[in-house]
Amino acid sequence: MDATTHHEEHHGPTVKMYFAIFAALSVLTVATVLAAKFDFAPMLGVGLGAFVNNAVALGIACTKASLVILFFMHVKYESKLVGLAVVASVIWLAFLVLITMTDYLTRTSDWHLFVR
Amino acid sequence: MSSLASSLQHHFTDFKQQKESVVLGMWSFLIQEVMFFGGLFATYTVFRSQYSHAFAEASGLLNVNLGGVNTIVLICSSLTMAMAVHAASKGKNGGIAFWLVLTILFGSIFLGVKVVEYKEKWDHGLIPGIHDEGLRFDHETHQPRPTGFWLYFALYFAMTGLHAIHMIIGIPILATLAINGLRGKYGPEYYTPVEMTGLYWHFVDIVWIFLFPLLYLIGAHGAH
Amino acid sequence: MSTPHHTAAHHEEENYLTHDSSIQSWLLTKDHKRIALLYFLSVTLFFTIGGLFASLVRIELLTPAGDFMSSEMYNQAFTSHGVMMIFFFLIPAVPAVLGNFLMPLMIGAKDLALPRINLASWYIFIIGASLAVFAVLTGGLDTGWTLYPPYSSAYSQSRVTIAVAGVFIAGFASILTGVNFIATVHRMRAPGLTWFRLPLFVWAHYATSLVMVLGTPVVAITLFLLGLERTLGFGFFDPAKGGDPVLFQHLFWFYSHPAVYIMILPAMGVISEIISTFSRQKLFGYSFVAMSSLAIAILGFLVWGHHMFTTSQSAYTGILFSALTFLVAIPSAIKAFNWTATLYKGSVSWETPMLFAFGFMGLFLIGGLTGLFLATMGMDIHLQDTYFVVAHFHYVMVGGGVMGYMGGIHFWWPKITGKMYSNFWSKLSALLIFAGFNFTFFPQFVLGFMGMPRRYHSYPEEWQILNVMSTAGASILAIGYVLPAIYLTYSLFRGQKAPANPWGATGLEWQTSSPPPPHNFHETPTVTTEAYDYQSLPLSATPEKGASHV
Repeated sequence: MDATTHHEEHHGPTVKMYFAIFAALSVLTVATVLAAKFDFAPMLGVGLGAFVNNAVALGIACTKASLVILFFMHVKYESKLVGLAVVASVIWLAFLVLITMTDYLTRTSDWHLFVR
Repeated sequence: MSSLASSLQHHFTDFKQQKESVVLGMWSFLIQEVMFFGGLFATYTVFRSQYSHAFAEASGLLNVNLGGVNTIVLICSSLTMAMAVHAASKGKNGGIAFWLVLTILFGSIFLGVKVVEYKEKWDHGLIPGIHDEGLRFDHETHQPRPTGFWLYFALYFAMTGLHAIHMIIGIPILATLAINGLRGKYGPEYYTPVEMTGLYWHFVDIVWIFLFPLLYLIGAHGAH
Repeated sequence: MSTPHHTAAHHEEENYLTHDSSIQSWLLTKDHKRIALLYFLSVTLFFTIGGLFASLVRIELLTPAGDFMSSEMYNQAFTSHGVMMIFFFLIPAVPAVLGNFLMPLMIGAKDLALPRINLASWYIFIIGASLAVFAVLTGGLDTGWTLYPPYSSAYSQSRVTIAVAGVFIAGFASILTGVNFIATVHRMRAPGLTWFRLPLFVWAHYATSLVMVLGTPVVAITLFLLGLERTLGFGFFDPAKGGDPVLFQHLFWFYSHPAVYIMILPAMGVISEIISTFSRQKLFGYSFVAMSSLAIAILGFLVWGHHMFTTSQSAYTGILFSALTFLVAIPSAIKAFNWTATLYKGSVSWETPMLFAFGFMGLFLIGGLTGLFLATMGMDIHLQDTYFVVAHFHYVMVGGGVMGYMGGIHFWWPKITGKMYSNFWSKLSALLIFAGFNFTFFPQFVLGFMGMPRRYHSYPEEWQILNVMSTAGASILAIGYVLPAIYLTYSLFRGQKAPANPWGATGLEWQTSSPPPPHNFHETPTVTTEAYDYQSLPLSATPEKGASHV
């Protein structure tokens, strides 16, 4: 950010870039629909197939979100602090979802393991 | 120029400090929005991990075409919003109004499609709190719905509803900005309100970018 | 750029209280100092309401039989006490009153970064609080402040929905305060005021703001889901529909545990200022204390499941939460040790704020250490939902949060109002609060250990002695809280005029007049030294009665 002059910093992406991002977002939307219609289960087995389907869907969604954040929301051109704010929100969301999930994924009725 | 100078609030030393403060404030606000929707995404993750088949079956009842079209419509509105901010940064007040009106138009199309979708769900009797029977039993086969089917629709309405509320809040703000643009209230030195509303609008778009695959596309294969 | 009206230097200078006295100038003010006073009056009212409900609880528990109120009324009394005190007093108290007033002054700014948002936050707070007060006073609320489903969603006949809406709305006031502080600390610091020259009060409030912004929205959405559950039967927390009541607890405590740090961290900031000032020493281990605030804010988000050891929460997750909870003790202990080390070889004076600070240190120590008992999973099976828990969180939230708030009010009262209060009565109040508090809550540790459960209005006879002690202590505590209302009000009319820096403190807020002018400083100060640099203070700033240093 320091390398760029204030002039460039203010103006951010060009019109051409905005339309390119728009095109990319549209293509990715079509891609996520097609990927979802494609069932990976016969190829990879039920468990792994579902995982791949989810991973592709979330991967595309994260890519789209990153494009919007970096270019439409100018984070690429803002101070590092704003970037840190974005990263922090993702980390905190991960705290919430992942730690909650550790509970649901490890619940057990085998209490004799804990109670003598 | 005098109207611009009055846009600098007394407690700031210059426009740069004012803008940086407001930008940081807005991003802090967006972080809270992430966590606000985050509670719903956590709820979604918990229940989908427990009832993945029921979720896939329920998701199969959504209209992927309408959802897909709406996704593109919302991306269009994000583009026009970005263009409005761009016009503002160049001091083109007419451009601000033009692009904002387009943004409002796309936003309204999105909400219109949403109404059509909600109407479909109403007709199929899939609204929690109103159609208990439809959510418990399939009308055609009279088979009980799997556990988790209900929760999928509860989440569908909570998540898309809250998203729609955010858009409904955004549209009047966009309209105000468009009018202010026509009145020449902004210039290349000062267009912070346009930019901040842009951040909000893009954030709402991002929420939908995740809602679309998580709600519409999980039943697109397999279940049927 | 300096404002034109200060060139006409009157001998009686205009300050933020006197420059415009119309009602409108208060209700539409964007001045952080006036908004702080609006918050001050509001939270004092809610503290009073919460306190009255506490008295009802203590009166009922004077005798073993449930004779003073029905069990339903008792449920409403302790719930109303909890909701009022936590959401409408403790959470806003230090940040929205003292933080609002002091943050810009301490960093040499004319106002918070977003003054209109600041005013909006007060109105949002008042709307939320009015709904909650309406709910509490008309239909009552009987779910406990934790609002657990399925009782709150399916069974309670009380005004849950309205109260929940009130708390939901008030949450956004807290979020906006946090947003404002973050923007302010990053963008509004005076020239030369680097991060490691900031007073620790500012660090503590910065850490608190992070918690407000990252945590509060989660409880907001949780309450929103609870509302949907109660009104429309959405079923997220209803096992009959596949939902899980424990999920509510996860989401609720994701915020409500960090919320404890919203109550305690700013108070710790106050204590740092007071201890340094009245020892006349730079705070020992400044950077460790600053960083421990951030560490508490972050770690505080990773421990919420320790409220859920006795639910169906996975034991493995319980172990994780238990271990992480022990880690929070480290930054808390760093603070306690550094405060103590600051006193060492300092010239300690026993002014009223210092008495509150000592009270804080003792009570928070007990509160914090008993937290470790509860963080131990096996121990918690025995202590969960007993009076041990009640005593523990009162030691933290009242012994810590309220003591810090009282200390802060007494420390900055001369700055806020321009008046000095009575030394004798204020010291008496500090002692009464400390003694009364211990009398009230120490017996509750014992009762909890003996197995007395919380939230019951009757109990076996053998526990009466300890309960009578507790109620007697609460009466002393009540006197301790009523006294300041009297002598502080009295000081407004008859108090001695306060000098700019009555305590010989170092912060920028003491370099402007008492009360400060509308825009805080006549010229933006430049900072050249670290915080708590007592050497650089002009001699005239040493405490001396009536010395008016401008």
